[in-house]
This record gives sequence, C-alpha cells and structure tokens, in this order.
Amino acid sequence: MLSIHDLNVSFRTRRGDVNAVKGISFDLAKGERLGIVGESGSGKSVTSYALMRILDAGGRIAAGEAVYSGIDLRRASESAMKDIRGREISMIFQNPRAALNPIRKVGHQIEDVLRQHAQATAANAKEKAIAALEAVRINDAAARYEAYPFELSGGMCQRIVIAIALACNPKLLIADEPTTGLDITTQKTVMDLVDDLVRARGMSSILITHDLGLASQYCDRIVVMKDGLIVEEGDPVALFTNPQHPYTNRLVEATPRRGVRIRSLLPEDQRTPEPPRTIGNDPLLDVINLKKTYMGKSGPVHAVKGISFTIREGESVGLVGESGCGKSTTSAMIVRLLEASSGQILYRGEDLATLPALQFAHHPLRSKIQMVFQDATDSLNPRHTARQSIAEPLLRMSKLRGDKLRARVEELATLTGLPTHLLDRFPHQLSGGQKARVGIARAIAPDPDLLILDEPTAALDVSIQALVLNLLCDLRARLGMSYLFVSHDLNVVRLLCDKVVVMKGGAIVEAGSVSDVMDAPSDPYTRELLSAAPQAPQRSIA
Amino acid sequence: MNGRGAAISLRIAQAIPVVIGVIVISFLLTRALPGDPAVQFAGAAATPESIEQVRQSLGLDKPLPEQFIIYVGQLLQGDLGQSVSTGRPVIQELAARLPASLELTLVALILSCAIAIPLGILAATRPGSWVDQLCRLLVTAGVSLPTFFTGLVLIYVFYYLLGIAPSPLGRLDFIYLDPPHVTGFFLIDSLLDGDPATFMGALRQLILPAATLALFTLAPIARMTRTAMLSALGADYIRTARAAGLNRGKILYGYAFRNALLPVVTTLGMVFSFVLGANVLVEKVFAWPGIGSYAVEALVVSDYAAVQGFVLAMALLFVVLNLVIDLAYSIIDPRFGADAK
Repeated sequence: MLSIHDLNVSFRTRRGDVNAVKGISFDLAKGERLGIVGESGSGKSVTSYALMRILDAGGRIAAGEAVYSGIDLRRASESAMKDIRGREISMIFQNPRAALNPIRKVGHQIEDVLRQHAQATAANAKEKAIAALEAVRINDAAARYEAYPFELSGGMCQRIVIAIALACNPKLLIADEPTTGLDITTQKTVMDLVDDLVRARGMSSILITHDLGLASQYCDRIVVMKDGLIVEEGDPVALFTNPQHPYTNRLVEATPRRGVRIRSLLPEDQRTPEPPRTIGNDPLLDVINLKKTYMGKSGPVHAVKGISFTIREGESVGLVGESGCGKSTTSAMIVRLLEASSGQILYRGEDLATLPALQFAHHPLRSKIQMVFQDATDSLNPRHTARQSIAEPLLRMSKLRGDKLRARVEELATLTGLPTHLLDRFPHQLSGGQKARVGIARAIAPDPDLLILDEPTAALDVSIQALVLNLLCDLRARLGMSYLFVSHDLNVVRLLCDKVVVMKGGAIVEAGSVSDVMDAPSDPYTRELLSAAPQAPQRSIA
Repeated sequence: MNGRGAAISLRIAQAIPVVIGVIVISFLLTRALPGDPAVQFAGAAATPESIEQVRQSLGLDKPLPEQFIIYVGQLLQGDLGQSVSTGRPVIQELAARLPASLELTLVALILSCAIAIPLGILAATRPGSWVDQLCRLLVTAGVSLPTFFTGLVLIYVFYYLLGIAPSPLGRLDFIYLDPPHVTGFFLIDSLLDGDPATFMGALRQLILPAATLALFTLAPIARMTRTAMLSALGADYIRTARAAGLNRGKILYGYAFRNALLPVVTTLGMVFSFVLGANVLVEKVFAWPGIGSYAVEALVVSDYAAVQGFVLAMALLFVVLNLVIDLAYSIIDPRFGADAK
C-alpha cells in the first residue's frame, strides 16, 4: 500500500543543505501497524512530514520514491496532495492541546475537515461531526461539540485530534508521538482507542515514537532509525530479545524496565559497580499533615489534602502520581516557593512551614534544599553561560569569589560529567543531556542535603536519560544527598528510589518501600498505574 | 459562557473608578498649569480690581475642594464651562470639533488597515520575497517621515503640481453647505441627507489628511500583522490543519489570521490612542477644525475650561476605546474570562 524507496529529505539552511533523512526504504502492507522508533534527530518525524508533503519551508524530498496506492507522493500536484491529506492519509500529533486551533469550537474544526473533503454538507455537517466525536468514545458528544480546546483535558484533546484525523475514513493513520505529554493512564486509553479504531476499520498505521516499549506493544513491525537511516527492522519480540544492531541493543538496554538495575541501562563497558551508600535512621525531612488550599472561582480547591511522609538521611523517595495529583505543589511547598496552608515541614527538626516563603530565600537552610527542574532548557537563563548558571547560587549563598569560584564551578562540572570547555557556552549551544547536567551542577553547587528532582529526565532521550539517572545515582552516594524524586514514570522511580509515595487527587493512596509497592501494590490506583506503563517484552538476562 | 459574561461586566465596572480618577486628575492638572487665567482674561489694560472681579466671576477665589465640587456638579449637568477665549460653551466646541478629529482618525485607520493588514499577511506568507521587502520599505518610510512633512509633500504634489486635490482648508470647500448635524461625521451626515455632492466634497477634503495619517500608522499595524501571522503560521494547529488537507485559504484566514488578530487588535488600540493625540500637526497643516488644534490654542491662552474639557474628553475616549478593545478581544478569543489567573 505504501512503498518508500531510498527516500532522502533535506533542509535548506544558511550553512547549506542538511540531510535529515538519508535514504530509507520500507513497505507498509494493508492493515499493517508499523512502528518507527528513534531518538530525537533521527529523522522519524521528518519522514512522516515528507510523506504528507507538509515539511516546513526549506524542506524537500531530495531523492527517492514514495508511492501510496499507485500515487507518486513526491511528484503529485499540491491540489492532489490536498485531497490525499485527511482523506487517504491522516496524522495525529504530540501535544494535542497545541495541535488544535485554540479559538475555534472543536466541533467546527471537525466540520472543516468533513466539508473540505466533501464528506458533509452544511446541513448535515454538525450531525456528522457529532458522530465523529462519538466514534472516538467521547461521552456527551453533542455538548463537547461546542467546547473549545482550553476547556478540555489533554486526553480529551487528543481524542478530538483523532476524530479530526479519522473523520473522512482515511486508509492510513500516522501517529507522531501521540502520547507525549499525556499521563500514563491517559496514554494507555488513547493508544488502546487508536489501536481499536485502526483494527476495526482495517486501516494501516505508522506509530512514530521514542518509546520502544510502546511501539512493541502496539505494532506488528518496527523499524529503528538513527541519524536519518534505518539501522534495524523486524518484529517487536525479535528486536527486543535479539537486537542485531549495536544501536538497537543500546536503546533496548537503556529503556527502564522491570527487573534491571540502574547500571544495566548503560552500555556494557560503562557498567561500573554501584557506589555503596548508607541510609541513616534519623529523619532528614518530616512532612506532617501538609495541606494546600487555593481559593478557586467556585470555592476552595484542595490541591494537597494533608499528606505526611518522611525522608531519612541518605534516602531517596519517589513521589508518583498523574498531573493534577498535587505532587508538584508538594515539592514547591518543601522548597518554600509556595506557602503551605497548614501542616509542618520539619527539616532536621526545624519547621520550615512557619517561615514565610519570602524570608526563606535568605535563610541558612536555603542552601541545604535544592531543586532540579523538569525542562532543562526552560529552566536555564538563555543569556547566561553554563558557568554563570552554575555560579549563580554560589554568588548568592557563599563567599566564594574570583579564582576560588572558578575552581569550584569547574569542580562541579567535572563532578556532573560536563566537559569544562563547554562551560562558556550558552544553553542553545548545549545538547539536552548537557543542559540537564548544568541544571544538576547548579542545584548541587551550595552543597545541599536534600535534592528535589521534578521529572528531571522527562524531556530526555532514553540513552541520555540512562546517563543522567546513573549520574544522579553516583552523586547521592558521593555527596551523601537525599532525593525527593517527583515523577510519573514508575519504571524510573523503581530504579532510583528506596521508597515510593503514590499520590492521587491531593492525597497519598499508598506508600512504602519500592519493592513492596511496585511488586505487591495494595491500592487499586497503584495497580492501574503499574499496568498502564508499557512493558517491553522481557529479554532473558544472562 | 457564564464566565465570559461575568468577565465582560467586570471589565465594564472596572472602567468606573478610572473615569472618576480621570475627572480628578484633569481638574488638578489644569489648576497646576502656569499662568493666571484671571490675568489673561481681564486683558492687557486690566487693573488689580478688575482682575479680582474676573477671578470672582470665574469662581477662582474659592478654595480648591469647593471649586472641585462646583466643577463636578456642573459636569453632572453636562456643563463643561465657558471657554474664556471664545466665549462659547466648551461642550459645544467639543461637540463640533471632536467628530471632525474622529472622522479623520477613523478614516485614516481604516485606510491604514486596508493596506497594512493584507501587506503584513503577504509578507508573512512569503518571508524574504519582494512583498516582504516592500513591506519593510513602506514601514520604515512611514515611521521615519514626520506627519507634517508627508502632509506638505502630499499638498505640494496633489494640490499644487497636479491640481487634483482641493485646497487644504478644512473639512468642506466653501461652495458646499455643512450637512445637517446628526453624527457630526460629514461623510455619514451627507449620506443621511441624501446629498452625494456634499459627500464627495467632504471625501475629497478628507483624502489627503487621512492619507498622511495612514502613512504614519501603517508601520506598527503592518509589522504586528506580519509578526503575529508568522507565529500563528508556525503553530502546531496549522500543521494539523495542513495534515487534514484543508485548503490554503481556510488555513490562512480561518485558522492563522483569526489567531493573529488578537495582537493586531491590541496594536490597533494603541495606534488609535496615539494618533488621536498626535494628529494636531496634521490638523494644523490641513486647517482641519479638529480637537487637537483647539486644545493647543486653549493651552496657549490658559483657557482652563477648554483644556479641562479637552483632557476629560480625550481621557473618556481612551477609556471607551480600551473597553471596546477588550470587548473585541472577548469576541475573538473564547478564553477571555476563563483563565484562572
């Protein structure tokens, strides 16, 4: 049905043409579900945009053939392509909220597609749009027809995007990272929905993802891409259990999964033994009955409803839950970026909750609690070099100046594995992993005892994530730090943490040691979270 | 859409304290002006007694709070006082002159939008092309030439050299009679009166000053349209729309432009405000009987009531304008009032 042969895509830039896709070939049969897996920059999304001919300005198919049901996609006229898009080949995207026009009712956005492809007339467009909403299992579709994207949840928006894509019954659906940015249980419902619809309609699909586990669960066949080339191709189980190409092997190993240690994420030659560390008996941080209540428009909103947990000296605690569960609010209250409504935050016996958030910035304990943020790019000042970013907390909280400051920044860079010659670069000149290292170096600069990590690896590729997780593992042993690791990824928490606290709707539903909670969850919500996480096919560990 | 309705009424309620503040400030500001109006008004041959008499008749001898209460009381009856220099009630002067300024400004802005917005869209869809370069050239020329200069050049070329424009002397050539006063806008009044000849006459008078102002306002509008369109066209939902096979027109106007409209409307409001203040030069060049030239003349002779009336009228106009822009926002953007912020 779709046949691609030696496809090359290049982008015209100021420094000449850049080849994003360098000659890839694959075929897709009718009803087949293909997965394209690769890390950022592998050219997987560009391939799909090239097929749809919706590349950004400057991008073009430089060579090769792409034939869909006898139509030459490379040479088809723009008006022919317009009829193919949406009616023959459709796409769904990552970040569904941004993928919808923010100021147009979702029902009208579906109608636009139906009208464009002459699938509906002015008279029956509304009826058909509601039917399209019902097809993606939206309850109360007639009311949702009138909604704007900002009134809907992320998962709901993705259903609308799917409804737009499937409204005209296309034969091929391309899903470009459709669940990035969605919660893990939402991810599962969205993927199950797409899978059901694709199977029920006998469509073909291409799933583009960085998540090998997800691809293996929902695809019949997987191609692995790296730097614009296909490095390996095969059925998911074979790919997982017996990867042929070293890159695939590295990807498989770097994917956090059940039953592995943190070191096994790294390539074999880098697996040094885990450094020993001691967990004390004294509590470092005691959170007692912590509450946060906002005044909303329709009465008070209880973001955090009285939670209690303890982090002992040297211990790592995972705080797990879906968006809106209150985990970020909790971490913001502990670093005193946010006032607690009531409750105690005892740090070595001293109650931080009684200190006003504004005064805490000058408090001696301020340097003892540090934070690493989710988005390494957004949390660095774009006009500061890496050196300035790392030196910032030292300038505020220590008396180090001049050469001593320089030496300390370089020491921190070495500690976090950031080559010192990169210190004078700006964030945009650094890779994602390097920016993450700058963020970590900045956080450990004032020598903290407690590091709060807010999804520090969520935006990173798996191979980089593996490196950063291992770095964090080394650092805590070396510097004797405790971690509060905020995450929605249970597989990552399992690798790094000793204890885990599961939150839902502002309350703790379950807490305990990682092995207890993850292997024998007592709460149905924990079980739901665990089963929603995509599990890669197990490979035998030698 | 209850949140939206509530947000709109809240926005209207917020305008009330602003109006009160404006009244207080316009009163105090005019009192703080240098120069004694009683001396000015009494004339060159005045004796101290006659000055004192004038002072009393103007109520200037009373303490400030009392003057303010009297002022507010008159204001509530629609009385803005007498202009000291012309002897006519200020409200009448404003009623005659404000429409002249508004007509000029509005026509100029419509003209400017009609050119700038399509130009901005064209430039955004073809960045780096000749349209984009032309847009840049026009924008630079528009802001760098002062209005009185463009005005004089236009008069020189179209009136003096080519002779196709009428003499730049006010709103209507003396061969026409003013249309009966309904809105004060000659273009509208003459049409209401069914008098196409007067309409054409008023239009001919209007074209040159309006073009002068339009040239000046072209720049911010075209530039903002281009920027807003570029960012809208780069958004994810445009990619979705393209992937769904929507045609170019729908994507460009139905999706990108409506989203780009928000910053454009904001800019339009700002441009309107500063043009209302800045068109005094144009009014002078074209002998336009507008509110700007009236205010400058009043200021020069310390004509309290007139200046106060002018400041008040302009401030109220701005309040209304901002209200209109916010309401326009609420129509364009369904998120208006729904934000938790």
